[in-house]
Amino acid sequence: MYDFNTLYEAKTVKEALILRNEHPEALILAGGSDILIKLHEGKLSGCDLINIFGLDQLRGITMEPDGSIIIRPLCSFTDVATHPLILEHIPVLGEAVNQIGGPQIRNIGTIGGNICNGVTSADSASTLKAYDASLELTSVDGIRILPYAEFNFGPGKVDLKQNEILTGIRISKESWEHTYGHYIKYAMRKAMDIATLGCSVNVRLSDDKNTIDRFRIAFGVAAPTPIRSVTAEASANGHALDDELLHMVGEGSLVDVMPRSSWRASKEFRLHLVKELARRATIAAIEKAGGKING
Amino acid sequence: MARKLVSCTVNGTKRHYHIDVRASLSDMLRNEEGLDSIKHGCDVGECGACTVLIDGKPFNSCIYLAIWAEGKSILTVEGLNDVKTGISDIQQAFIDAGAVQCGFCTPGFIMASIPIIESDKPASRDEIRRQVAGNLCRCTGYEKIVDAIEKTQKKRIAERKSSS
Ligand code: FES
Ligand code: FES
Repeated sequence: MYDFNTLYEAKTVKEALILRNEHPEALILAGGSDILIKLHEGKLSGCDLINIFGLDQLRGITMEPDGSIIIRPLCSFTDVATHPLILEHIPVLGEAVNQIGGPQIRNIGTIGGNICNGVTSADSASTLKAYDASLELTSVDGIRILPYAEFNFGPGKVDLKQNEILTGIRISKESWEHTYGHYIKYAMRKAMDIATLGCSVNVRLSDDKNTIDRFRIAFGVAAPTPIRSVTAEASANGHALDDELLHMVGEGSLVDVMPRSSWRASKEFRLHLVKELARRATIAAIEKAGGKING
Repeated sequence: MARKLVSCTVNGTKRHYHIDVRASLSDMLRNEEGLDSIKHGCDVGECGACTVLIDGKPFNSCIYLAIWAEGKSILTVEGLNDVKTGISDIQQAFIDAGAVQCGFCTPGFIMASIPIIESDKPASRDEIRRQVAGNLCRCTGYEKIVDAIEKTQKKRIAERKSSS
């Protein structure tokens, strides 16, 4: 038995929003791979839950008329990794979430939960940040659209108001079109591990494929929250595909990250990884885009 | 405590349970249905000993609310038994390969391997390992488990080819 107190059941999104408004202290139960585990570990005992797992309106991935891709928050990692729209337009996101846990966890864990938990190691986070995703946060008062870049305050702390529920993740066409991404997760084991460091890069090349038209890069576990490196991006935009580019991407990334030491790795090793993974992910993304370093 | 009626299909039979809303799926299937193949290993989603298939996909039943099973179809090792031979090919393959020592992890591994052996795409040993990465075994060292899954997958693919 899970040691929670009251389970509020929402049958529609509207009901969920009303329950959320009435019970601000209750936790949102999506796939449960965070909350149910904590309950079995004896944490969170006596909490109240709002069960939204059954809300199929919050599942699915669609393309809007303007070409934006909308991922609903209750999509499991497996849903994301296997969806035709993701495979065709943002395959790197599927590759990133495919590195989470094992199949059982990927079948139950949700992308919305991964975002709302606000942990820096979330495998989906760096890629969504690097694609400049925005979040649709809904409450009884209406919808608020927030750039994902502004969502994380600190470890586990996010800009989700007491009465809000994440109802959609949007990636604009501008962000995915002609864009190729690569994610590298550095972990100690091949599976069932949390990233020591994660790096997601995506590039859009010029028509002649000789320069970077737009460069985006984000990291997980390189700071208290998943972060984008604006310094690396600024130095890469418009740059030729050469060794200097790789050097500047690495140095630029070091300006923006602030990793710490943990039992998994020292700060020094993480800084080394930031530079090295940035370099490798950049090379791979450029190659996927049809470009070549020093080519 | 609040109870709720849950209707689902378990190993092919329609079932109804009047269940405490705080129960996990593993609690419900073990206590109400006596399906002891489902093990309480870690109870926190790490070991896969509680793996069952829900609508054909592997889930850890220890971190799944029983009430979420409403309308779903659940398969456990007990539902694999072949009417003719009494035991399914994948179970026999585990025995033949020596993939069972204490046996505690075995039902979970077998359920996690079902999507692999039912797939028409041959999986490499690496892919098999990835597919059962959510299952832990403290006895066998995994090689023989991969052997059993690989062998059964090959056999099933050959069977499907010859019958089509
Ligand atoms: S008992 Fe469920 S994963 Fe270990
Ligand atoms: S056979 Fe003992 S845990 Fe696998």
